[in-house]
Amino acid sequence: MRRLLLTTALALACASAFAQKSTADGIAEYRAMLADGNPAELFEAKGEELWKKKRGPKNASLERCDLGKGPGVVKGAWVELPRWFADTNKVQDLESRLLTCMETLQGLSAAEIAKTPFGRGEQANMEALAAWISAESRGSRMNLPQGHAEERRMYELGKRAFFFRGGPMDFSCASCHGEDGKRIRLQDLPNLTKNPGDGIGFAAWPAYRVSSGELWSMQRRLNDCYRQQRFPYPGYASDVTIALGVYMGVNAKGAEAIAPAIKR
Amino acid sequence: MFNKTLTLAAAGLAAALVVAGCATAPSSAELDQQALAMLKASFRDQGIAKVDRLNQDLGQKACSSDKPPAEALAKQIEAESLASIKWPEGGRYLGDWREGEKLPQNGRGMTWTDASADPKANGANCYNCHEIDKKEISYGTIGPSLWNYGKLRGVKDVADPASAAIVQYTWGKLWNSKAYAACSNMPRFGHMKLLNEEQLRHVMALLLDPKSPVNQ
Repeated sequence: MRRLLLTTALALACASAFAQKSTADGIAEYRAMLADGNPAELFEAKGEELWKKKRGPKNASLERCDLGKGPGVVKGAWVELPRWFADTNKVQDLESRLLTCMETLQGLSAAEIAKTPFGRGEQANMEALAAWISAESRGSRMNLPQGHAEERRMYELGKRAFFFRGGPMDFSCASCHGEDGKRIRLQDLPNLTKNPGDGIGFAAWPAYRVSSGELWSMQRRLNDCYRQQRFPYPGYASDVTIALGVYMGVNAKGAEAIAPAIKR
Repeated sequence: MFNKTLTLAAAGLAAALVVAGCATAPSSAELDQQALAMLKASFRDQGIAKVDRLNQDLGQKACSSDKPPAEALAKQIEAESLASIKWPEGGRYLGDWREGEKLPQNGRGMTWTDASADPKANGANCYNCHEIDKKEISYGTIGPSLWNYGKLRGVKDVADPASAAIVQYTWGKLWNSKAYAACSNMPRFGHMKLLNEEQLRHVMALLLDPKSPVNQ
């Protein structure tokens, strides 16, 4: 794997030296080569196992967890999240919903999990679960419900959060993701104020990140966006992260889900 | 009897209206308030990135929607920003372009994983959004290309009074970009203490010095 990366990077560097125009092509090629063997599969397998395994103080599996399509239904659930849930009377994304299930079914502490750093302990389990559950919607199209008043309200709040400028660099989400065809360095930036296309933006996360060798959930993706936006720290599964999910997910209606994707 | 029924019916209708009123979607202004409350409740301090970063100034607030601010407000933001610019001591605008080449490459600073908010710890982030030297192919496109910045603007000698206007504008743009465009995407490097005067002088030299590789 490492040798492959090095070779590809070298090929990319050489290609780029010849012509600027070929840079994007080179990156596309690099991604295609990477996608050949997406390590996200390992996380998916772990996630499926975790879903079925009896765990926690209540020694129960997550197989009765309702992700929005009825208890235990996983296929197609992810492309309809975040959505409103009657039992919590809240709009929840995949991860906040999993917190609810892990607490009510397994007796694990949602607050403790929310406080755990990304990639460690139950958070690592959360990433594997998110990988498997999203993969069970691979090839489906984003279809977030907007029938409930709370879902429509969260869309409006998410939109406001998306355009909210602050911090020492005056950035909002829209500073980078509000226009077509822009990039940071060589990284293409999807325009998330509308449907950015199949498998782009919200429809691609969770994703395996080659640069860090980790599986990043949407919560982690948003967390690092806010870090680079020079904002303070968004709480795990906090309302702002869920509202942004509703905004981006609804905007992406009809886009094909490819999560967990592979990223540089 | 008839009257009583009518009264009851009217009361019932009024009650139904009140209930319906409660159930209608919140107004845009209410949603604005709810969004602010949500943001305050969702973020916490981490390292140098404190929640007071969510306290918006006039310009940040006015530029926080998908619609630009009203023209009068934009003009006010630009005038206030222009008035806030600190011009360099002794009129020394230019430093060393060799130093100036390092700063645009460096995208670090001001995140919650950075130890210090001192400008000395910060990069200038330029290549994230701008093409500058053609030799660097890894550049962003959020801002315009700055290749040949000084040359294209006819700067042959920075000390020549004919160059004064563009030299001053460039300093002002780097210090507080909102002086020239109320909702500019560009950070206010001087105003927000992202770079100190010396660092700004080096970036100025990279852009304007006729000897800088940018102007070849």
